[in-house]
Amino acid sequence: MAIPLPVPAPARTPENDQFWNATADGHLLLAQCDECATVIWYPRALCQTCGSLSVSWIEASGQGVVYSFTVVHRNSGSFGGAVPYVLAYVELAEGPRVLTNVVGCDPETVHIGQPVRVAFFDTGEGSALYRFEPAEEP
Amino acid sequence: MTIRGQAFIAGAYEHPRRVIPDRSVSQVHAEVALGAIADAGLSLSDVDGYFCDSSAGFGPISMVEYLGLHPRYVDSTETGGSSYIAHVGHAAAAIAAEHCDVALVTMGGVPRSQAQGLAARPSGSPEASFESTWGMSIVAAYALAAQRHMFEFGTTSAQLAEVKVAASLHAQHNPNAFLPNPVTVEEVLESPVISSPLHRLDCCVITDGGGAVVVVSPEVAGNLSRQTVKILGQAEAVKHMDNGRIDLTYTGAAATGPRAFEEAGVRPSDIDYVSIYDSFTITVLETLEDLGFCEKGEGGRFVLDGALVAPHGKLPFNTDGGGLCNNHPSNRGGMTKIIEAVRQLRGEAHPAVQVPDCEIALAHGTGGSIATRMGSATVILGREDT
Repeated sequence: MAIPLPVPAPARTPENDQFWNATADGHLLLAQCDECATVIWYPRALCQTCGSLSVSWIEASGQGVVYSFTVVHRNSGSFGGAVPYVLAYVELAEGPRVLTNVVGCDPETVHIGQPVRVAFFDTGEGSALYRFEPAEEP
Repeated sequence: MTIRGQAFIAGAYEHPRRVIPDRSVSQVHAEVALGAIADAGLSLSDVDGYFCDSSAGFGPISMVEYLGLHPRYVDSTETGGSSYIAHVGHAAAAIAAEHCDVALVTMGGVPRSQAQGLAARPSGSPEASFESTWGMSIVAAYALAAQRHMFEFGTTSAQLAEVKVAASLHAQHNPNAFLPNPVTVEEVLESPVISSPLHRLDCCVITDGGGAVVVVSPEVAGNLSRQTVKILGQAEAVKHMDNGRIDLTYTGAAATGPRAFEEAGVRPSDIDYVSIYDSFTITVLETLEDLGFCEKGEGGRFVLDGALVAPHGKLPFNTDGGGLCNNHPSNRGGMTKIIEAVRQLRGEAHPAVQVPDCEIALAHGTGGSIATRMGSATVILGREDT
């Protein structure tokens, strides 16, 4: 019997502290450039597009589609007991493709192009992991 | 300035063992260093340039002392498994600039004996906070690329398996190969799925070992009795997530291929033999496309009908058995890719897999995770008289 998917706490830095604090309250934030409005992923205090160091947080819609996925059947470490589970890149409605898990369904039903929505899983350390669950097909 | 014809590989040596529980990492470096220097017909005191990655202690600061060298040029470019192909290009540039005449490049490691885990995402990196909490693994990273490649281009698991089959047919002639037995497409497909769609036999081996090459100036090369190999062109690149707009269907080879071919003054159709980084079968497929041996998306069809099988396939590859079957020392396959290309150009590959009249060869290395955040490096080599 597989164990539940682990919920490890992410490493915090001054650069991403606000991002992770927001996840604890159920908000998925994205960094956006104040100068050219580019949405930045992963979050950082630099716009790669125009070179600005002026960046603000916006809230993501939480909607996305699966860009690619793999059903992990074997791994070492804490996730090794949780197989099979789904690792995926989800393309957010705002553009970025983010590494995550797809949960809340049979791993064998996950497919590229599948609509998903964000769900938060408490790490117990003041943050939550943004995973994705199947959403209604449009 | 171009490096074309400005430097030659005069010595190459692959550690013969695949499991080395009785050696330290620095010992492996020393054994391959002396092997390559002896192959060149030189001695340790001739070395005035030294290149290694960051995995042995404090890189060159540790290894220069260990080996007792006094180089006037050092480089520890760290781009994972592609590092050594970058080192060869950097050595050629340093020689062309008269910063050194005899450059030694070494690599080695004992991950099989020490059972070191290989972090899918380095801790402490800026991306770690966003990528290390999802159960990522090295296999899974490549599986994500394979899944997308299949979705966009109709690539199949059976096509990926052809890459492993070709490598295994070559490995049977290599007495040092870790996996010397030929396998069939069916056996690949029946092996356990590690991370869908990749099976166990889509993955390279984990071995101890290492290798080294000696790169020298034309003047030094001219005084050696051993046949040398001419460096014609080299390029490197780091491909990344592109601000989250990642595309998993291509690699950094799309950038390095055209630049290396331009410097070498040759085209893909001129290449007689290729060493293609083969951490996984999908690595080979995407790299062949990106280097221009076939159109993007056609890799799965390109590798059918024994296309990669030496000596008579249309593009013989990895005739030592590659990382898939022979050796992937220290979880880094770039050095062994160079070494087998040197063997082919010297006519010293196993007779069963020696490409007839092999004149121009290409070696390509990959580091990091395919298509997401990776180093790529390509070197094009010619026979001494090209």
